[in-house]
Amino acid sequence: MSKFNILYHEMVPEHILVPAEEEEEVLKALNLSKNQLPKIRKSDPVIKSLEKITGDIEPGRIIKIVRKSRTSGIATIYRMVIGE
Amino acid sequence: MKTGVSKGISEIKFGLLSPDEIRRMSAVKVITPDTYDDDGYPIEKGLMDPAMGVIEPGLKCKTCGGKVDQCPGHFGNIELAMPVLHIGFIKEIYSILGSTCSNCGRIKLTEDRIKEYKKKIEEVKNKLHEIDYDDIVSDAESEAGDVVICPHCHFENKKISLDKPTTFREEGKKLTPKEIRERFEKIPNDDLILMGLDPAVARPEWMILTVFPVPPVNVRPTITLETGERSEDDLTHKLVDVIRINQRLRENRDQGSPQLIIEDLWDLLQYHITTYFDNQTPGTPPARHRSGRSLKTLVQRLKGKEGRFRSNLSGKRVNFSARTVISPEPFLSINQVGVPVKAARELTVTETVTENNTERMKEMIGRGPGNEDSAVYYPGVNYVYRKDGSRIKVSDKNSKDVADKIEVGWQVERQLQDGDIVLFNRQPSLHRMSMMAHEVKVLPFRTFRFNLAVCTPYNADFDGDEMNLHVLQSQEARAEAEILMKVQENFLSPRFGGPIMGAIHDHITAAFLLTYKNPMIPIDLGIHIMSYIDIKEVPPIVEFEGKKYFAGRDIFSTILPEHVNIEFKGKMNDKILDPEGTEGIVRIEDSKLVNGAIDENAIGQSKGVLLDYVIRKYGNAVGAKFLNDLTRLAAGIISYIGFSTGIDDEDVPHEAKAQLREVGRESVTKVEKLIENYRNGLIGPEPGKTLEDTLESMIMKVLSQAREKSSEIASHYLGMENSTVIMARSGARANMMNLAQMAGIIGQQSIRGQRQHRGYTNRTLPHFKKDDIGAYARGFVTSSYKEGLNPTEYFFHATGGREGLVDTAVRTSRSGYMQRRLINALEDLKVSEEKRVLDTENSVIQLVYGEDGTDPSRSYAGESIDVEFLVKETFKKKYGGGKK
Repeated sequence: MSKFNILYHEMVPEHILVPAEEEEEVLKALNLSKNQLPKIRKSDPVIKSLEKITGDIEPGRIIKIVRKSRTSGIATIYRMVIGE
Repeated sequence: MKTGVSKGISEIKFGLLSPDEIRRMSAVKVITPDTYDDDGYPIEKGLMDPAMGVIEPGLKCKTCGGKVDQCPGHFGNIELAMPVLHIGFIKEIYSILGSTCSNCGRIKLTEDRIKEYKKKIEEVKNKLHEIDYDDIVSDAESEAGDVVICPHCHFENKKISLDKPTTFREEGKKLTPKEIRERFEKIPNDDLILMGLDPAVARPEWMILTVFPVPPVNVRPTITLETGERSEDDLTHKLVDVIRINQRLRENRDQGSPQLIIEDLWDLLQYHITTYFDNQTPGTPPARHRSGRSLKTLVQRLKGKEGRFRSNLSGKRVNFSARTVISPEPFLSINQVGVPVKAARELTVTETVTENNTERMKEMIGRGPGNEDSAVYYPGVNYVYRKDGSRIKVSDKNSKDVADKIEVGWQVERQLQDGDIVLFNRQPSLHRMSMMAHEVKVLPFRTFRFNLAVCTPYNADFDGDEMNLHVLQSQEARAEAEILMKVQENFLSPRFGGPIMGAIHDHITAAFLLTYKNPMIPIDLGIHIMSYIDIKEVPPIVEFEGKKYFAGRDIFSTILPEHVNIEFKGKMNDKILDPEGTEGIVRIEDSKLVNGAIDENAIGQSKGVLLDYVIRKYGNAVGAKFLNDLTRLAAGIISYIGFSTGIDDEDVPHEAKAQLREVGRESVTKVEKLIENYRNGLIGPEPGKTLEDTLESMIMKVLSQAREKSSEIASHYLGMENSTVIMARSGARANMMNLAQMAGIIGQQSIRGQRQHRGYTNRTLPHFKKDDIGAYARGFVTSSYKEGLNPTEYFFHATGGREGLVDTAVRTSRSGYMQRRLINALEDLKVSEEKRVLDTENSVIQLVYGEDGTDPSRSYAGESIDVEFLVKETFKKKYGGGKK
């Protein structure tokens, strides 16, 4: 049990688990298939921390990441969770 | 043209060549280590046996009957007297030896473990990436390698070690390739999958050669020199060695020679076969040619920058290209390139004869191929192709006949003419502007020529640089090049979103001379200068003391496009340099320069505000015209007004010299004082520094102040009437510090930002006392370049200079490799129509290109929109813009 939560660190952008029922909507808006999305490992420290809040995140779920961008101010991207 | 059927490759599988397969594909059994007999005919069963293919035109292949261009070549084979290890598989042989039992040949794992591993392999079997499989194999092998007692036959295995490059030992006892091969033969097929082998295409004993494939002669052709002397390929030389030793080994073995001799010959055969594959195997002396040059064998053919992959497959030689020395030509537009007549007559563009161009084509063909000496250049024709593709060479003799014969649909290879679009390139091609499209202008003499503003993107100078030119062959290519690659389309660099081309050196000096303090230009001189450009209107004439003049700024204004309204700060914007404010603030009202001197900040490359404004507001074409006019005008100005510099430009009056000397002396004594204080313990350490560091930084500060002061004095005594100062102030070349170093004090020489301190024991040079840390002993130079340096100063100056050279050498090689890695990683990414960055599998790399979808070469210094410019242009005068 660590007291430190990396999600609160200022260098870690905001990670949001996209609800399973909204996934289709998101992909439709992006006009992409799930497998085209960039990946993030289930073993990624951010996913591990996120799992403490949301419960187990299965591979195949989509994570929305909102981060600061030098060119556009705020950039929103999506990643698909993969195993390990 | 015929187009082949395209087929996709869905899978590539690598396997080992089995001895049987080598024999099966062999066209001849090579037994003689010779190539040709005395009459020059290939020896039967020799290394050049005609059954292995043909390399001489006219002859036919003994195996397939094909001629030179039809026969693909055929392998031969050599039966080895004793088996030999294949150097490329040493690692695999080692790990298989280690993980299998030497008695029963099974992998040293229990049946349960084998089952587990097989299950894991089954799981990853259909994955795209085989990395997981490799991981499982290496896990299994390392687990089996640690087992001593075989779980299957309970034999106690001995430890096996590898004596690089090719000797295996079992607890000190040498294992011969033969023994290894026998062990491998015992390994059952079912265990092989755990060692990463597919038994269908690769048995481990095939890694030990018993039959040796001899590559076709096409792979190792004989080169016939002009003298008629024949020279064999390196591979053939190596094969001769292999056959020779193989024969001796066989004879000795059959005669039952002593074991020692046989072993020596066996090792020698192993050496020859090893170097045949890779002549740079660590631990093996490379096989050499008689001249001492090491042989280029199989691995050397493929590997590295000069290898087959990087040199022949990733990069190729091309037709329709030319290369020569470059030189400047200020009268060409930035979009043009001067092509020498000799090159233009060789380079061709293919045009198809149509109803509309028949007359023109006839005229061109009628001119024939032309010659270099004709006074005026008219494009001729080198070749004509009939409809069936057959070629007619056009000569002076047949040109008229060919011209009469042509029909619609024929192809004409026409020589280069003015206005053709070509690609022009200088290596190293580090960025997209290293290759740009130009319009041809055929010129006399032998060099490529271009406008000086284009030096910057190519990073070219004229000290012997050469450049390449490629002639575009299709209409699509020409259109694409003109829209995307033309010089004027590359004004704005994607690196910083500003103009990369602009006025340089004399262009800036000239524009500055024309506008600084708005000089009165006598009318005749002014007319001459303006004759270099097209002017719509003669500027107003000013009368002064009965003579007629133009104002310099009015002449400059003639090259501005219409309705330019801009105000910005120039390099002269300084209270001391420009007390009245007539030079530093550049103000242009309705395309008339009313205030300010034009300098680097206005028209210079990458920082020219005026240039940037013109390009953005009026577009690339107008920007190009502006720069063309500017460079032409500058050539006119500077060649008519005249401009020169010499070392006496750095002459300063006696009083200045005295002052400079005083500055040097003063700082040296100040340093001495500091050192004295330090020795007396009067200096305390600054936070985060030791006492010595504190002293060092204080000394550095004093010495850099000395240089600043000398710079100040020099600029005080060197005024704007001085050529070097004009260049420095206008930004054309050099800066005031360079001048101060010539006139006054050179200053501290540093290595890695520190005063020089290494060398002998406690001193830099034997000229100084030990532990002397004073200014002179640590590389402070009080002389000037003009006076000359004393020996110790000269030495310190050279050390500092050397650091710079080493840095650039290290930087170029390192950044070159870094760039290569980046390019290889990014080369096949593409931006889709939705501005998405995708890879070849259509996976997303970036959802929106650059996250803002902005092309940096269309950006304003990296920003998508220049808001300030829009506000000014929209609301005009009210918010600081021009009128209307």
